[in-house]
Amino acid sequence: MSVKATDESRRTFLRSAAGMAATLLAPGVTLYAMGDAAAAETAPASAKVRWGLLIDAARCKDGCSACIDACSAAFGWKDTGHPETDPQWVRKVSAKNPETGAGFSVPVMCQHCANAPCVDVCPTGASFKRADGIVLVDRHICIGCRYCMMACPYKARSFVHEPVENPKPDAPRGKGTVEGCTLCVHRIDAGGIPHCVEACQAAGGAMLFGDLGDPSSEIAKRIATYRTTRIREDLRCNTGIYYANI
Amino acid sequence: MTASGTLRRVIPECVLALLLFAMVSGSAFAEGLMPHPPKGKGEHCVASTDVMRRNHMDLMKHQRDETVHEGVRGKPFGLAGCVGCHAVKGADGQPVSHGDSRHFCRSCHDYAAVSIDCFQCHASRPDEKVKGAEGSRSGLSGLAAFFQKERP
Amino acid sequence: MAKIAYQKLTDHSAFFWGLLGLHVLVIAAGLGAALYMEHHGHVVTGMSNQIVWGTPHVFAVFLIVAASGALNVASFSSVFNKLAYKPYARLSGVLAVALLLGGLAVLVLDLGRPDRLIVAMTTYNFRSIFAWNIYLYTGFIAVVALYLFVMMDRRVSRFSMPTRIVGGFAFFWRFALTTGTGAIFGFLIARDAYSSAIMPVLFIAASFLYGLAFTVLVLLTMSREVRHELISEDMLGKFRGLFILFALSVLYFTAVLHLTKLYAPGTRDVEAFLLRDGGIYTLVFWIGQIGIGLLLPLAILVFGSGRHAWRSVAIAAPLFLIGGVAQMYFTIIGGQAFPLSLFPGMEVSSSFHDGAVAQYWPSLPEVLLGLSGVSLAMVLTGVALKLLPFLPRPASV
Repeated sequence: MSVKATDESRRTFLRSAAGMAATLLAPGVTLYAMGDAAAAETAPASAKVRWGLLIDAARCKDGCSACIDACSAAFGWKDTGHPETDPQWVRKVSAKNPETGAGFSVPVMCQHCANAPCVDVCPTGASFKRADGIVLVDRHICIGCRYCMMACPYKARSFVHEPVENPKPDAPRGKGTVEGCTLCVHRIDAGGIPHCVEACQAAGGAMLFGDLGDPSSEIAKRIATYRTTRIREDLRCNTGIYYANI
Repeated sequence: MTASGTLRRVIPECVLALLLFAMVSGSAFAEGLMPHPPKGKGEHCVASTDVMRRNHMDLMKHQRDETVHEGVRGKPFGLAGCVGCHAVKGADGQPVSHGDSRHFCRSCHDYAAVSIDCFQCHASRPDEKVKGAEGSRSGLSGLAAFFQKERP
Repeated sequence: MAKIAYQKLTDHSAFFWGLLGLHVLVIAAGLGAALYMEHHGHVVTGMSNQIVWGTPHVFAVFLIVAASGALNVASFSSVFNKLAYKPYARLSGVLAVALLLGGLAVLVLDLGRPDRLIVAMTTYNFRSIFAWNIYLYTGFIAVVALYLFVMMDRRVSRFSMPTRIVGGFAFFWRFALTTGTGAIFGFLIARDAYSSAIMPVLFIAASFLYGLAFTVLVLLTMSREVRHELISEDMLGKFRGLFILFALSVLYFTAVLHLTKLYAPGTRDVEAFLLRDGGIYTLVFWIGQIGIGLLLPLAILVFGSGRHAWRSVAIAAPLFLIGGVAQMYFTIIGGQAFPLSLFPGMEVSSSFHDGAVAQYWPSLPEVLLGLSGVSLAMVLTGVALKLLPFLPRPASV
């Protein structure tokens, strides 16, 4: 309940003072938010923009699941008692070096690859990449073949194994199709930031959202200054999610 | 006059009478069966009733592809707009879902025997926060924009 | 050489009706299973977000691979001009199409949204191997249908050129098709068990073996039905030789695949899992594919020559097919059971089964759906043999 209340107040805050909020929360967003909000909504996604995240493992606390809870509450995916088949759009992965014992724990979601294997393999084009780098499933033309799940190196996609009760207006979900993190594309298009990032800012501030394509954005400056890692960089998928301190 | 001659004269008359009867009773009958989709909130829909009746599926599909693939939002022909504006309240005062035959979409689609799979994924009831037709722009200007602005 | 005469199936034995009835029952059960899965969602199957492709895919891929191989006998006769195989060329074409349809039916009925098949047929992403395969599969059916026409039409078949040209094209097409099927797995960079260029080649070798095994089994069954041996002494020896050759090539390519992956440190973990520690998958590989599916029938064929040839071929053919299903189970399910490597060299864990070996047990609906593909292929073949003269007359073999 408190999560929801915070969420609501933040939304109102974002709407009423979009420009300022965006400057404070994620400077990359200013591109749209400073301009006419309505114009931003009707404008198509721009190829000049590359949305991404920077996740700092050092600030991601063990046992904290704020990002996951926010995502689950917003989109309605949850534990139904079938752990093998329940969808998970984001999860905390704990890693430990067996030689040294040192490790970390970070949230892993769709990595929004520029060279996305899921987009290459999808027979119908339902798995696609927007101009601004966000990788989505168009569930109107998804036939549920699950080839994208076979191809994804990050296990980012889930197949909906059961009927979905009462989906939310912002989060259509349905049995027999594949789904995954959308980077809260509907919020980004309205000048907002993803739910997980918003929740994380209240909980620990390990996540930063912004435009990787804009050199003046906070996220671009940070990854230009500090060494960061991307998961399975060897596969050359050119992911949009950067990790620090892993 | 032979029996067959009489028959030859009588049959067309019977057919005519039957046809007339069918037309008169049919129209009254059809009036009772015709769908009466519940009116939406506000003064008018995002486009005229005739346009919406004939073209809503194309308008919605076109906007759907624009929204999902290109990120164009805030245009008037979104499903959430229809669902929000045309919500029908049930006995409990809450909007009914697509499972209820009184639902706005079903009131016509049942009649036309056209099944839709929108609500296998989409919410068929409005969110408390949804604001009518998804934005402040007037319906007519939205429609004009739809017909003027084609893909580059 | 005398003109080959062909026959339709006419009077049927109780055995034929029994077999047909059994297959129809299995198809009905498979359709019921598909409806059940469609209604409840895939939660009622053994498949999960870890094992995304299950038993239906094992059978579907097996049938599709066997389909292209079933065309071999026809190719031998028209492309390589081996006249001894000519009497079986028609049957070979029919069986190829029937097996492909059986496999595709299973694949389609397992989709999350089988009702959207029309989307798969109208919306394409040409970077997808799956999309290429939709063309390769439908094209295969068209090419083989044309091939059958030029072989069977009274006027066209008088000339040898059309048969050679269309036969050659069909031969090329079947290579493309099996390459495409193998590439579905071979091109998956994310999964250590698959990502390999040898996958398509291994699938081609396997297709030769399974296709021939289906062809021989149908011929043996139909010999019983027409009360005459459709395979002559001479042909039996040829089939036996081919079986040995094809089985050895499957063994060879399987060995190369695993040796390559064992050699590279990065894929040693997955090989250790598949070949040593994988439990059921290790058993399916060593006992199912290698033991029962390749070495045992090889031994039977090698030692069972001369007057035992008929019996050794009749036993080896179904063993090869069992081995084929085992190979697909090991490849498809075993390959997925090994976890993805998100952070190579690290031990990982999560609520989403990262770093854990996935558990899978085939559910009854999946098995029924998979088996119904085999039955569909067999019923289609049976009906085809009744409608048109695809089978040679005993005097011609």
